[in-house]
Amino acid sequence: MSTTPATPQPKTNRIGLQILDYRGGKTTLCAGCGHNAISERITEAFYEMGIQPERVMKMSGIGCSSKSPAYFMSRSFSFNSVHGRMPSVATGALLANKTMRSIGISGDGDTASIGMGQFVHLLRRNIPMIYIIEDNGVYGLTKGQFSATADIGSKLKSGVINDLPAIDTCALAIQMGATFVGRSFSGDKKQLSAMLKAAIAHRGTVMLDVISPCVTFNDHEGSTKSYKFMQGHEEPVAEVGFVSHFEDIAVEYDHDTTVDVQLHDGSHLRLRKLHEDYDPTDKVRAMNLLMEAHAKDEVLTGVFYVDTQKPDFTSMLNMVDDPLATLAPERVRPGRDVLAQIMAEHS
Amino acid sequence: MGRKNGVANVIRAALEYNNSEARRWRVSVEMVQACRPQDRPPKRLLIKACGQNLPGFTDDTYPQTWKECIQPMTTPDLVVQDQPGLQPAGGIPQIVNDFSIQIATVNGSGSQSANNVLLRSIFRMGVPVSGKNLFPSNIAGLPTWYTIRVSKDGWVARKTDIDVLIAMNAETAQQDVQSMRPGAAVIYDQSLNLDQVRKDLTYYPVPFDQLAASTGADAKIRKLVKNMVYVGVAAQLLAIDMDWVEKTVRKQFAKKVKAAELNLKAVRAGFDYAASSLTKQDPFVVAPMSATQGKIIIEGNEATAMGAMFAGVTVVTWYPITPSSSVVEDLIDYMKEYRVEPDGKASFAIVQAEDELSAVGMVLGAGWAGARSMTATSGPGISLMAEFAGLGYYAEIPGVIFDVQRTGPSTGLPTRTCQGDLTFIAGLSHGDTKHVMLLPGSVKECFEFATEAFNIAEQMQTPIFVLSDLDLGMNNWMSEPFEYPEKPINRGKVLDAKQLKELGGFARYKDVDGDAIPYRTLPGTDHPAAAYFTRGSGHNEKAQYTERPDDYENNMLRLARKFETAKTLVPKPILEGKGRETIGIIAFGSSHWAVIESRDQLQRESKLGTDYLRIRAYPFTQEIHDFVAQHERVYVVEQNRDGQMLNLLKVDLDPTQVVKLRSVRHFNGLPIDARSITTVIAEQEGAAK
Repeated sequence: MSTTPATPQPKTNRIGLQILDYRGGKTTLCAGCGHNAISERITEAFYEMGIQPERVMKMSGIGCSSKSPAYFMSRSFSFNSVHGRMPSVATGALLANKTMRSIGISGDGDTASIGMGQFVHLLRRNIPMIYIIEDNGVYGLTKGQFSATADIGSKLKSGVINDLPAIDTCALAIQMGATFVGRSFSGDKKQLSAMLKAAIAHRGTVMLDVISPCVTFNDHEGSTKSYKFMQGHEEPVAEVGFVSHFEDIAVEYDHDTTVDVQLHDGSHLRLRKLHEDYDPTDKVRAMNLLMEAHAKDEVLTGVFYVDTQKPDFTSMLNMVDDPLATLAPERVRPGRDVLAQIMAEHS
Repeated sequence: MGRKNGVANVIRAALEYNNSEARRWRVSVEMVQACRPQDRPPKRLLIKACGQNLPGFTDDTYPQTWKECIQPMTTPDLVVQDQPGLQPAGGIPQIVNDFSIQIATVNGSGSQSANNVLLRSIFRMGVPVSGKNLFPSNIAGLPTWYTIRVSKDGWVARKTDIDVLIAMNAETAQQDVQSMRPGAAVIYDQSLNLDQVRKDLTYYPVPFDQLAASTGADAKIRKLVKNMVYVGVAAQLLAIDMDWVEKTVRKQFAKKVKAAELNLKAVRAGFDYAASSLTKQDPFVVAPMSATQGKIIIEGNEATAMGAMFAGVTVVTWYPITPSSSVVEDLIDYMKEYRVEPDGKASFAIVQAEDELSAVGMVLGAGWAGARSMTATSGPGISLMAEFAGLGYYAEIPGVIFDVQRTGPSTGLPTRTCQGDLTFIAGLSHGDTKHVMLLPGSVKECFEFATEAFNIAEQMQTPIFVLSDLDLGMNNWMSEPFEYPEKPINRGKVLDAKQLKELGGFARYKDVDGDAIPYRTLPGTDHPAAAYFTRGSGHNEKAQYTERPDDYENNMLRLARKFETAKTLVPKPILEGKGRETIGIIAFGSSHWAVIESRDQLQRESKLGTDYLRIRAYPFTQEIHDFVAQHERVYVVEQNRDGQMLNLLKVDLDPTQVVKLRSVRHFNGLPIDARSITTVIAEQEGAAK
């Protein structure tokens, strides 16, 4: 008998799933679109963190970015809702089942223009979910109009110059009450991966503005959201390191130069300062950094603000431990005595 | 018979005026009938004077009660005041348990408790009552009227005539008095000198401030106590049983004994004053009956809240808007009381959203994730919800939306009632969208339909709209007690992990059972094939994105079939009458109460028999088609300008049937009254010709 060649065991994560179990459908976005890289990083982050895909809800609004949940984690439950309204749908879903994890993918138009109302209230409530803005400064699906995150002076392909100030979604998120706020770049694989894994470990609203160049409508000279511009202007505030709760935590770090934040699930965020004034636990400093960077035309990236103490919205509601969605009838329909009592009160 | 002469004189006076003045009087057939034959003006003179405003006069003579005969449309003129025959005289026959009381106050003055005591005291005497609040869109200082209708026959619809006025608002007092019909009684603050306004009313001046002060209440709460004084005055004059008044006050202030005593003091001050200083001159009295035994009094919104709680609602979202806010406010109270578990944790989440867009978005998010979710709103909120309504329909997500209708368009009259959202909601959102609507007609149905709406929503996997209105939602209605829901909670077609294991997988939008309702899974279902992609864009049976013409068309056709299935789940219409008359009436919602009274009027006054079908849901079931087919003429009664129910029926009915439909519409913001219906139908039927 011939010996059969030993098939190598496929690599699995800590819950025994392969990376394939986290893959999504084939992308229909443009080749080179920053969004595809982000989908890759999300896939890896959930795989590496060993999150059961069935425990994840992928939420989105409308736009190129909002299509992308179709391109990662097909075994997760997905809801592609309406333009600018993903926050409310995501909130409702978490009210129904607070035991689920939720990741929302939005764009700069979906968030900062049509969705501004719902966005700020999501932040204010500290809804326990990851909210990612795939930020390219333009409307892709409608062929390249400016969005509200486009910088002053940036130029469209057609030559039109943007003359309105950009909304800094990170500064806004810090002010409105999000508890994990950062900015990254779709091309910065290492930083984005670490930030996404930390995001998974955090409980509360994680707001990540990820600059994600639009290769078709906003990657030209004069754009401030192009690959080239980002390569020249990205200014990390800290080197983002992440040590998961199931890894060996005994990695040494320098307490003077590194901020260590223990996250909700026991993982650690290790932020090696690259900026003197950096303190991710101080709202005012975080805001200052962002304002100063604006003045200097820098695009700050990294984790700007973390608050691990503030309770998230579903905790504040003091709901029963089980998901509301599937409570047994006897727990949700009061008995005959209750109706009789109410009737007596009205007689 | 003096009064009848009086009526004749009024008509004469009207006739002597020029035509335009005469039209200010609603000269009705009853007015003429109430006159002695020799006093009756010639028909041609009436027509000359009143033009086409005449509702079908006849030469037949049979005396009717005169009190419903004459209704000044605007201010009365002096001619009327000079009629001595209109003065109520001593020894006139009493009018027992058949009149209405109007209390005119300013909003924010705390009159609600006092009005409630009056209403419930009469109710507890066994006499049928209804209470309607006419209030402004304002916090404090604007006029408010509360009307209590006392009806031995059990009629609870709004009645246009006021028999007893309690005038507490100096600003509107003159106008209030002028709108009274002759012979009415006025209880008023003596400083207002209302008895100078008209001579044909009975006046009861009361020194309210003095009496309120006599209770020892400090100046701050004297304003509130003053209201209880009128309760005492009215109780004495109208023979309302003080035992019941006292019990009602004590029940109302059950948790505040001191307040109860102070209020009772005020009631007694009013009662004693009336007993010692006023002489009863009007005919209106309350006498005990046993017609309210076992019944309750409740507002529709509270009933809706109860229904939702017993439905097992778990996620509630809202954005405050009149007149729906009390649905959720009452629900919050009930849930805190009855849906907190022994460990102090809530089996529900109630969230005040940033707007109605968000409120309904949360409803759909929660419905998608498996919760029984709801929101309550009114017209402007419905407008905002249009986008999500389409998503809910197309992506097939359950949820319940309560619309307590108010007048539109736009802001409209926020505190007035209407049935004006019907056609809008039927197809709410762009594209080919259709929605199921439940139309409760009573507070009991507010309760029952609220409970059932959640079953239908989950069975159908679509948003269900429950349309009540301000009249039903915010006014006090008598009702049989509500029955405990016997139907078990039905969560619809949801596959769990075990079923998926047996099946190996599923297609989210596939019609497996032939009823066009597919199966769904809930997020978190622990099976690799459980997840699917929900979207408002084109999708095939497997929930995959598609732009294929056949996929789109097939899905839309299935959704249309699913809407047919809804007909088997929604409440069926209710037929009143034997079904053998030639005239049919169709109505829905709060119009019901005016319709049943109108049918009685049509029968008694014009010998017009009618059958009546009350529609309780959309889509329309076969019974509605049959009803129209079985009648020669069908009057569709509704409270909006454009005949919205009529239009929905026109779309649904066979063209040969559509011609039978006629329209009775009422849309001045006030609840519909029976007379408005009777007048139109009698006239169109050429009744008594």
